[in-house]
Parts: sequence; C-alpha cells; structure tokens
Amino acid sequence: MKKDLLGIGDLTRDEIYLILDTAEAMREIGQRPIKKVPTLRGKTVVNLFYEPSTRTRTSFEIAEKRLSADTLNIAVATSSVLKGETLADTAMNIEAMAPDVIVLRHASSGACHLLSRICRSRVINAGDGMHEHPTQALLDAFTIREHKKRIEGLKVTIVGDLLHSRVLRSNALLLTRLGADVCVCGPSTLVPIGIERFGVRVSTSVDEAVDEADVVMMLRIQQERMQGAFFPSLREYFNTFGMTTARVARAKPDVIIMHPGPMNRGVEISSEVADGPYSVILEQVANGVAVRMAVLYLLAGGVEGD
Amino acid sequence: MPAVLDAVRINRTLTRIAHEILERNAAPGGVDELALVGIRTRGVPIARRLAKAIHDINGHEIPTGALDITLYRDDLMRHAVGPQPVIRRTEIPFSIDDKRILLVDDVLYTGRTIRAALDALIDFGRPKSIQLIVLVDRGHRELPIKADYVGKNLPTSLSQSVQVRLQEIDGRDEVEIQES
Repeated sequence: MKKDLLGIGDLTRDEIYLILDTAEAMREIGQRPIKKVPTLRGKTVVNLFYEPSTRTRTSFEIAEKRLSADTLNIAVATSSVLKGETLADTAMNIEAMAPDVIVLRHASSGACHLLSRICRSRVINAGDGMHEHPTQALLDAFTIREHKKRIEGLKVTIVGDLLHSRVLRSNALLLTRLGADVCVCGPSTLVPIGIERFGVRVSTSVDEAVDEADVVMMLRIQQERMQGAFFPSLREYFNTFGMTTARVARAKPDVIIMHPGPMNRGVEISSEVADGPYSVILEQVANGVAVRMAVLYLLAGGVEGD
Repeated sequence: MPAVLDAVRINRTLTRIAHEILERNAAPGGVDELALVGIRTRGVPIARRLAKAIHDINGHEIPTGALDITLYRDDLMRHAVGPQPVIRRTEIPFSIDDKRILLVDDVLYTGRTIRAALDALIDFGRPKSIQLIVLVDRGHRELPIKADYVGKNLPTSLSQSVQVRLQEIDGRDEVEIQES
C-alpha cells in the first residue's frame, strides 16, 4: 500500500482485493459482544470534514474506535475555517500536533492530493469534490462481491447525476479494473464529457441500461452542486430516470439495488424500490465500517520503501 | 536435517493429548464445558484433529473455533517498514462464557502469541478456565506462560527455527528443526 488512499486510481487490482479480504475479517469484529480490538492503540486519527456528512463521518469514526484509535472530529462549521484559514494552514496546524492519519472530505477536487503533499500523516480521501470517494467504491465492491461472489463479468448499471458524482468516478475505476461490464445512464446534460475513457458504456435510455443488469446503482441528484437547469423538473427526472418497480423488473431476477445515500426518495428512486427486497442500501452502510477498518489498518502499517 | 516428528508420531502424540484432556477434565460435567480454539494458522487443524480424537474416544462433540491474533500482536505497529500482516477471520461459533477453553497452537516459543490470544479470547467473554495445548515447546520464553499439554519438548538454540507442517495446509505431517 502507498502512504495515502487518495483514489481508486492509485490502487492495483491486488491491493483492492487485499482491502476487500481484510474487510472480510474486520466485519467479524462488529459481531462480537466487545466490538473493539487494540490494533491502533495510541494512534491519533483526525476526521476533517469540510462538507456535511452523516454516513461517511460516522462510519469512519466507528471504524477508528473499533480499532482503538484516538479520534477527533473537526466540523468546519465550528472551526477557524470560518475565520478565513486556508486548507493548507489548517492542515499544517493539525499536522503540528502529530496525528497519524487525517481523513479529509472537501468540496474541491484534489484537496486530498494537496494535503498528501504537505503532510507526513497518512491521508484518506473521504470524498473530494467531483473527483473520488474511494472508500465508498470499496464498500460497494465488498457488498457486490458478498451477494454475487464475484465482480468480474457482472453487468453493473449506474444511473443518475453522473456529472457531479465522485462515487461514479471511483466506482467506474474500481469495477472496470476488476473486470465488470459497467453501463452508465443519465440525462445528457449530466453525462460528463470523456466518460468513455473510464471504459464504461453510456446509455441514454434507463430501460435499456437496466436490461439484464446484475447490479443497479443509483446516484443522488446533487442539487447543491448544480448551478443551472440540467433537467426541467424533479418530477420529470423521476419519470424518465427514476428507479421504479417496473424498471427493476427488466433486470436479472437476482438483481441488487444500491445507493450511496443520502437518498432523494421520489427523485432518483421510488420508496418501493428503496425499501424493497432487492435493496442492499443498508447493507452498504453496515459494510462501510468493515471496509474503513481495513483501510485504516492497512495504511497504519509500514510503506514499502519508506 | 531429519524430521523430529513424523506423521505417525504426530498422530500418536495428539491421541495421547486427547486422553490427557479427558483425564484432567473428568469432573462431572467437565467434558461438556470443554471447547477447543485453534490459533491461526496451524493451531486450527490441530484443534480439529483433537476434537476428532476426543470424539473417537468417548463420542463427545467438542465445539471448535479458530482465532486470528494478528490485531492483538504487540509488534504490529513497531516496524515502520513493510506491509501489514494479512488478517484472517476469527470464527468462534459458540459462546465462550463459562466454558473450559482449550487453546491450541503448533509451537510455543516466546509466549507472545499466547499473550495476544489470551487478550483476544477475553474480548469474547469470560471462560471458566483456559488451558494451553501445544504440539511443540521449544523454550526461550519471554513472558511467564506455560503450556498445560505439550506434545514434545524440543530444546533449541535461538539460531534455529522449528517448522511444523500439517497435511491440511502443507500436504504432509512433520516437525523439523532448521538452522537459519
């Protein structure tokens, strides 16, 4: 493993499998009466979140605590960032207190790479702008593998706001690297230019995209990142691209429906589907803890050539 | 170097230990409270063989689990170089509360693995007792730990290493001393 986890782009196929296999062992810890092992005792992990987050932040914090690390959370709303401190200054000040790992979420793509260059601490990307969200893609792969026993050769369809989605980028990189057949679908205004370079197929018809899919992954419409009108109305979006029971029926009978959360019910996914028998959305959340424990454990060790 | 123990002697040794276990836990209800926990990697097949040997003697099914102690190792974060050791699954599919746990490993050396295993076990509950079974005791303890059942005491020097090979993992049964 490298010093930091900045994106799926930096991981080899073997490293991805190592993380998934380690997560397999970590999951068992969450089922014990005492959900804690002493592995990262005396290590300090700083969770630095410049964007709102429930799932990812909680998941990282639980993962850190289960490994006995000392954790602290810096929510930007109550920090000196509001007084105008730059990311680099904040990072160097935190670094001066010698943490071992910094988990960063930031609205700007590449923020983690900046931190990685100026910090000795290990940096984990918990989502940077529209770039990557590697731990989400890893937990998605973990969930898929659990259900399908493999990733290679599966048809995975990703539907939604492709343009603003870091989850899409990380998943496209990871799933194609492991040999899945990835099809992406969304309104043409929300399809980023050059997306084919990820090795994915683009479809503008959700019915065609979902046809015979093994996995359907829905992406959130990220209204907070939208400056302009990308589609006429949320209702029209739902009618054209929303995941409904009728559309799920086109997929394979054992399809699983995924969503990285938070969901907009009635926009990208209907409640029947979100709460339905094919949905593994809450399993994704549960698996997130094990996957993040694996990443923390593997990064906290040595680095080859360090 | 010739093998110190071959397949026949390993088999005979484990049968002897199975008898010793039954003898020492002969108090009423004692056998019902027994459970075997093998330390990964080679403690696990030894634990399974002991369970089978006990079953062959008196028909009792002793619950058997597997423990990975990697996350409890005291040297885990000491080395700044090299990747982390691979973690495998811990599988203890029964409650260890009020059980007499028979902890099983292949080689007893510094005692640090056993220290880690004791910490790990205690995180699963409060057993009535923990007894230690090892196939080979090679000496050189660094912690105050002693085995309750020993297959073979093997005096070694620090420059030597003891290699236990088992059918289930290595394709054959033998114990060998190697000069390193």
